[in-house]
Parts: sequence; C-alpha cells; structure tokens
Amino acid sequence: MINISHLHKQFGDLEVLKGIDLNMEKGKTTVIIGPSGSGKTTLLRCLNLLEIPNQGEISLGNYELSFSPGKKLRPQEISAFRKQTGMVFQGYHLFPHKTALENVMEGQIVVQKKSKQEAREKALDILDKVGLKNRADNYPHQLSGGQQQRVGIARALAMDPEVMLFDEPTSALDPELVGDVLKVMKDLSEEGMTMVVVTHEMRFARDAADQVIFIDDGVIVEKGTPEEVFEHTSHNRTRQFLNKIEEA
Amino acid sequence: MDDRAQRVIDILIHSFWPILKAGLEFTIPLTLITFVLGLILGLLTAFARLSGIKPLVGIAKFYVWIFRGTPLLVQLFIIFYGLPSVGLTLKPLPSAIIGFTLNMGAYNSEILRAAISSIGKGQWEAAFSIGMTKAQAMKRIILPQATRVSIPPLGNSFISLVKDTSLAATITVSELFQKGQQIASATYEPLWLYIEVAVIYLIFSTILTYAQSKVEYRFERHVEK
Ligand SMILES: Nc1ncnc2c1ncn2[C@@H]1O[C@H](COP(=O)(O)OP(=O)(O)OP(=O)(O)O)[C@@H](O)[C@H]1O
Ligand SMILES: [Mg+2]
Repeated sequence: MINISHLHKQFGDLEVLKGIDLNMEKGKTTVIIGPSGSGKTTLLRCLNLLEIPNQGEISLGNYELSFSPGKKLRPQEISAFRKQTGMVFQGYHLFPHKTALENVMEGQIVVQKKSKQEAREKALDILDKVGLKNRADNYPHQLSGGQQQRVGIARALAMDPEVMLFDEPTSALDPELVGDVLKVMKDLSEEGMTMVVVTHEMRFARDAADQVIFIDDGVIVEKGTPEEVFEHTSHNRTRQFLNKIEEA
Repeated sequence: MDDRAQRVIDILIHSFWPILKAGLEFTIPLTLITFVLGLILGLLTAFARLSGIKPLVGIAKFYVWIFRGTPLLVQLFIIFYGLPSVGLTLKPLPSAIIGFTLNMGAYNSEILRAAISSIGKGQWEAAFSIGMTKAQAMKRIILPQATRVSIPPLGNSFISLVKDTSLAATITVSELFQKGQQIASATYEPLWLYIEVAVIYLIFSTILTYAQSKVEYRFERHVEK
C-alpha cells in the first residue's frame, strides 16, 4: 500500500529525515514512536505532501512519486496524491466558522462536488460513527477537545481516503478525554483502515498496531511488532526511550 | 429672547434640511460607493501582496507606499486640479470617488492583508488535507475567517471615511460641508452653522457606528476564542 524508499527531507541546512525506508500494508496500522524532534511529524507530512521531500520515492495506492532537489511537482500531481490520504492533526484545526456537520460536509461539497443532500447524509453517518451525531449542529468552540478531535477524524474519513494519518491526535487532550478518541481509532483499525499513527499512547500501540517504528534523529532505528519493539528490543536507544515514556 | 438669538435659530432651522439633503445626496453615496470600491481594490491589492509573484508584490507595495504616505487632500488636488494640465479633466464627483477609492484601497489592503495573515497555517493545511486547492482554501476557509477579523478595523475606516468626505468640498463637490460653508458665508454665522454641520456629521457617524456594532456582533458569534 505505502512504499517509502530513501526518503530525505531537510529544512535549510538541517537534515530531518536521513533516508527512510518503510513499507506499510493495506489494512494495517503502523505506529511511529520516537523522541521529540526526531522527524515523526515531518515523515507524516511527507506522506500527504504538506512537506515535499528533497529526495527519495513514495508510492501510495495508485500513485508513485519520486523526488529530487531541482524537481517541482505540479499542483495536480500533489492534489491527486494527497486525495488518497486523510490527516488528523494534533491541534484538530477544525474550521471554526462551520458546524461539526459542515466541517464534515465541506470537502465532499467543494472537492468531491457532491450535492448538499448527499454530503449531509454521509456526514451524519460518519458523525454517528464517531459518536457525535447529537453534536452535529455545534460549532467547534462549543465542543470539548476530544469531541473536536473526533470531528477532525470524521472530516478526514468523509473523503474516503486510502490511508489515514494521525499526528499525536490525543496529546493535546485532557487525560479523561483521550479514551473516546482512541476508541474511535481502534474501531477504524479493526475495520481494516490503513493507518499511520504518531503517538505515545503505548496502550493503543500494543492493542492496535501491526507494526511499530522507532525513529530517532531522522533514521529508523527499529521496526517490528509491538511485542518485538516493546518487550524484546535489543536497541539501547529504544530501551532508553521506552523507559522515559513509562516514567512519564 | 433677543433678535440675534431669534435670527440664529431661524437660520439653523432653515438651513438644517438643505445641509442634511447635501449629506444624503452626496456625502452618504460618496461614502458608500468609495467604501465598496475601496474594499474591492484593497482585496485585490492584498492578494497581490500575498501572491508571492515579485512584480505584483512590488506594484502593490509601491501603491500602498504612495497613497499612505501622502495627504489625502494633496491626492485630491492632484487628481482634480493637476490632471487637467496633462489633458485629463474629470468632473468633481468622479475625481472625489477616484481619490477616495485609491486612498481607501491602500489602507484597506493593509487591514485585509493582516487579517488574512492572522489565520493560522493550520487552517490552510486542514483545507489542503481534505484536497482543496489554494483558491478553494482561500475562498471557503481563510477569507470567511479573515472577514471577521477585519470587520472592526474596516468599520473604523468606514466611519473615518464619512468624515473625510468633507475634503471633497475643496474640489467643489457640493456635499454636506460645502453646503454648510455656503450658508455660513451668506449668513455671517460661521460658529452656529459649523456647529450645525458638526451635529449632522455626528448623527451620520452615530447611526453608522450603531450599524457597525450590529454587524460585528453578527460576525463574531463563532470566532475561535
Ligand atoms: N518547517 C520547518 N522549518 C524548519 N525546521 C523544521 C520545520 N519543521 C520541523 N523542523 C525541524 O525538524 C525537526 C523534526 O521535527 P518534527 O516536527 O518532524 O519532529 P517530531 O518527531 O514530530 O517531534 P515532536 O515529538 O516534538 O512532535 C525539528 O528539529 C524541527 O525543529
Ligand atoms: Mg511532531
């Protein structure tokens, strides 16, 4: 489903991704962990081209893109590639001037050119799925963080993405609100959605991940099943990192 | 009551309607027309500045620099009294509309540019992430939010504009102030006439301020706090 090879990304002189190679299968959930500043967000953002890699290749679904320093992608290429992905942001980034329902309808109407009626029905179905049908007419500022994030997930799902990307979706939430969001993600994972999740929620990683990636300083240090990485790691850096999280 | 006071009161009563009428016929239309045109020009200029296309950015910056850096009165004089000497003669009202529009456009572009820039990067990225193009994101996501941000400062520049239109008198537009001037010099009662003129401006700007607060309220209901 997703094939990343030799991926490099730098900001000015700072090389953030130093040659990433990674495979993700259809229907599987990949959890990415790693210290702050290691490049997790950057990797995720490369997958929907919010950042354009400097070098390497990404194939995702029907599209294969290769990147090189002088090369500029056409907007249509970026948009076609990006349409296969849905993104959930750490800070939600809901559209504050639109209700929960309108947030979920927006892409269907503007991008997919569906009728309002059709978009509304689908949006209500998805909001129901994330447990927020009764909050459809609320504006984001009237919702809790956990509810906003579930609307964020619904907004991405409404575009029928091949892959869902999550960047620390629960790290801005009060602890008691985390569970509802993780539950929605876990359900999605079980239904066979292909997911790439940056998170430090070890419970989620253990329960839902098919593959765990530990990334440090722009390189993949280790990949394996949750058990391999969490219980039997032979890498010092992984061990240290896991200890630190468990203390927190 | 002595004769002088009686005379002043008569003059004020008789002049009230002619001055108000000049306000309704010239001041208010001039304000509304130049506000709308100034808003359009301001938006185009703001887009140019934000386009990242070098020549467009340059033109926009140059335009704003000129029109914010020189007095409106001088701009009006150049258009009305100056341009005829290069063969471009405009009537008073069109001169005023052009002058005020160019001046408003420069100020509004800065208000709108600041408002657009104030909408976080996250909103753009959220829009892109559901497949929107830049133009779609601007139209559907960024501009509606920027509009809310810019309504208070735009409202203020609207109220200033009502008062600034009095400068049109200097290029012979027979608006409110000029009407007052005429009556003042015909009756030799400048103090009372100009107070009357001030009161009529005050009525206009009070009504408009009230309307502005209504509009702000309508737009601010769902702003991200
Ligand atoms: N747009 C940018 N311009 C310059 N530097 C950037 C940019 N985005 C990220 N960086 C830098 O790249 C490095 C990796 O950032 P990234 O956000 O990918 O880390 P992360 O693993 O997601 O960290 P965290 O756990 O704190 O979210 C950091 O040093 C960061 O400062
Ligand atoms: Mg991050």
